[in-house]
Amino acid sequence: MALPQIETRYLFFTGKGGVGKTSLSCATGLALAEAGKRVLIVSTDPASNLDEVLGVPLGRAPTAVPDAPGLCALNIDPEAAAHAYRERMVAPYRGILPAAAIQSMEEQFSGACTVEIAAFDEFSKLLGDPTATADFDHVIFDTAPTGHTLRLLTLPSAWGEFISSSTGGASCLGPLAGLEKQKSLYAATVARLSSPAETTVILVSRPEAASLREAERTRGELAELGIHNQILAVNGLFAVAQSEDAIATAMSRRAAEALAQMPVALAGLSRCTIPFLPKGTVGLDALRLMAHPETAAPPPSEGMPSIPLPPGLAGLVDEMACTGHGVVMTMGKGGVGKTVVAAAIAVALAERGGKVVLSTTDPAAHVAATLDGAIPGLSVTRIDPRREVADYTAEVLAKAGKSLDSGALAMLEEDLRSPCTEEIAVFRAFARTVDEGKDGFVVLDTVPTGHTILLLDAAEAYHREVMRTQGDMPESVRQLLPRLRDPAYTHVLIVTLPEATPVHEAERLQGDLARAGIKPYAWVINQALLASGTTDPLLSQRGRYEVPFIRRVDDELAGRCALIPWLAEAPVGKAGLAQLIR
Amino acid sequence: MKKLEVFDPAMCCSTGVCGVDVDPVLAQFAADLKWVEAHGVSVSRYNLGQEPQAFAANPSVVKEMEAGIDRLPVVVVDGHIVSTGMYPTREQLVQKLGIALTTEEKPRVRISAAGGCCDPKSGCC
Repeated sequence: MALPQIETRYLFFTGKGGVGKTSLSCATGLALAEAGKRVLIVSTDPASNLDEVLGVPLGRAPTAVPDAPGLCALNIDPEAAAHAYRERMVAPYRGILPAAAIQSMEEQFSGACTVEIAAFDEFSKLLGDPTATADFDHVIFDTAPTGHTLRLLTLPSAWGEFISSSTGGASCLGPLAGLEKQKSLYAATVARLSSPAETTVILVSRPEAASLREAERTRGELAELGIHNQILAVNGLFAVAQSEDAIATAMSRRAAEALAQMPVALAGLSRCTIPFLPKGTVGLDALRLMAHPETAAPPPSEGMPSIPLPPGLAGLVDEMACTGHGVVMTMGKGGVGKTVVAAAIAVALAERGGKVVLSTTDPAAHVAATLDGAIPGLSVTRIDPRREVADYTAEVLAKAGKSLDSGALAMLEEDLRSPCTEEIAVFRAFARTVDEGKDGFVVLDTVPTGHTILLLDAAEAYHREVMRTQGDMPESVRQLLPRLRDPAYTHVLIVTLPEATPVHEAERLQGDLARAGIKPYAWVINQALLASGTTDPLLSQRGRYEVPFIRRVDDELAGRCALIPWLAEAPVGKAGLAQLIR
Repeated sequence: MKKLEVFDPAMCCSTGVCGVDVDPVLAQFAADLKWVEAHGVSVSRYNLGQEPQAFAANPSVVKEMEAGIDRLPVVVVDGHIVSTGMYPTREQLVQKLGIALTTEEKPRVRISAAGGCCDPKSGCC
């Protein structure tokens, strides 16, 4: 069987965005339900597409999946959870406290910290309190993209330590006033996560070097947290024995090499492998095929259809190069190739004579790995949350600390250890990087969709706050939102793959951006097999599946659109990246 | 026993590190409250974002907020408002609470190297 063998009550699917966590958790849940178990699937991803994969609208309470007896699912939307929490706190005082006081309370609850904490609170209720899920034999968590997942998973111990070391009377327990009361619930959550008898973590990876590196990173971090019951699931393995087709050969070889070179500790885990499925994983039939790939009908031999395709990236790059400065942001669901597209654009702008900074806020940064040599005019930086927190802490202590006595200093230091500090530190680094675009180009590959939205939301909340205080604020922060909204300063590129879920999520992202007053400059469809030149029957079947998604982006969603084919040569280094700019 | 109540504006934490910028006054004030508590004063601190019920239960504080949200923080001693819109210094707290200082605790006049005086707001000159 292709799917992981499950012994425990709780299952976590984790991995870089776009590796197929949702598909795999749904396929596993469906297989368990069809074997007679009662199964609950839970999504904690702010950009969840669980509804789409299962074909049923979901909410905060378990909903039965039609035509799948025993299978239920629910969606924890962190923003909705935060909103509900905010309402619970504020509503009783409407009409009792003055309107200005109510507004000030609401603003306090609109920060990113509230969203994070509210989501974790919901998650804890399900994991920390067994009675909440007593009706089910298995509870499957389709967790959010890696950086966010780890945050979620490390939060219990972070909060645990934080609460127990909290000695000052009025310390920063964040907007969650009742946190102390939740302590035992959070402790139970931690215990359950690290108990091998109760919890299995499935590291989902594509058979690609970057994806496997990310899985190894997660494996190590979870092991450090005392979570050792882990399985590796390799999703979408394309393997041909012998082929005349250059694309099929390259895809097969690249996967085999990546698997052969995977880190030793990762290779030591028990492993399952799901083969390449040409027709996507939306709907119950597609999910059943994941469990039993041997039942798939052989691909028809009709070859690739011929349709008009969007042009390459070169035209867009030439146009951006003319402006001489500004910010280029690649946005989209994790795993669509934002980093690679950003790196290719950065290299191309540098080659056209620009001064370019390539910067990544992706917690799973591998930008440096895709650039193997120095290029004149191009520098690569990374927003590293850990370093940003250290710098911010030092800055605050230097500025505010010198006038304080030891008691006040101790309280300040304690508050600086709170989880909110990271949000602020990273936000400031982001604003600073955007600011660098006034003298040259800054190319940013942003974090996956959900977190990016949180960041922009934070920008909005900060924007209001800044307008009010006008205090000792860095100019870069004050300028951030106006700059992101200025089409002459910021070029937003939405990157997607020609597949159902990435296109759907990119469309949602475009809507979210519109609400923040930001209009994308163009869309980029990445890794199109349709344009790759392959004649392999299975890959051609996949190519045909891409057509409606390419049409939808080009005809309906995008103002301007560029397309990058699936490339036989990996887009690594200067020459590899140059292939993307045609 | 004297009773000191502080009604803070909505903020994430009492040292203010979660705001857009850190205000050293907040950190110092938090420490000063601990200090007056050690001098036998009962101290209660309420954050509008976290304990709105304390605000709603105090009509004179609600009245201040109606006059303007910038009246926060409101500092109350034994039921009487003693300051609005600012955090009192330790010296001001000493005065308003009638705390008897020991010789070591009394502010000493310091002459700086440049020969000038210290910040007039600190109350040392």
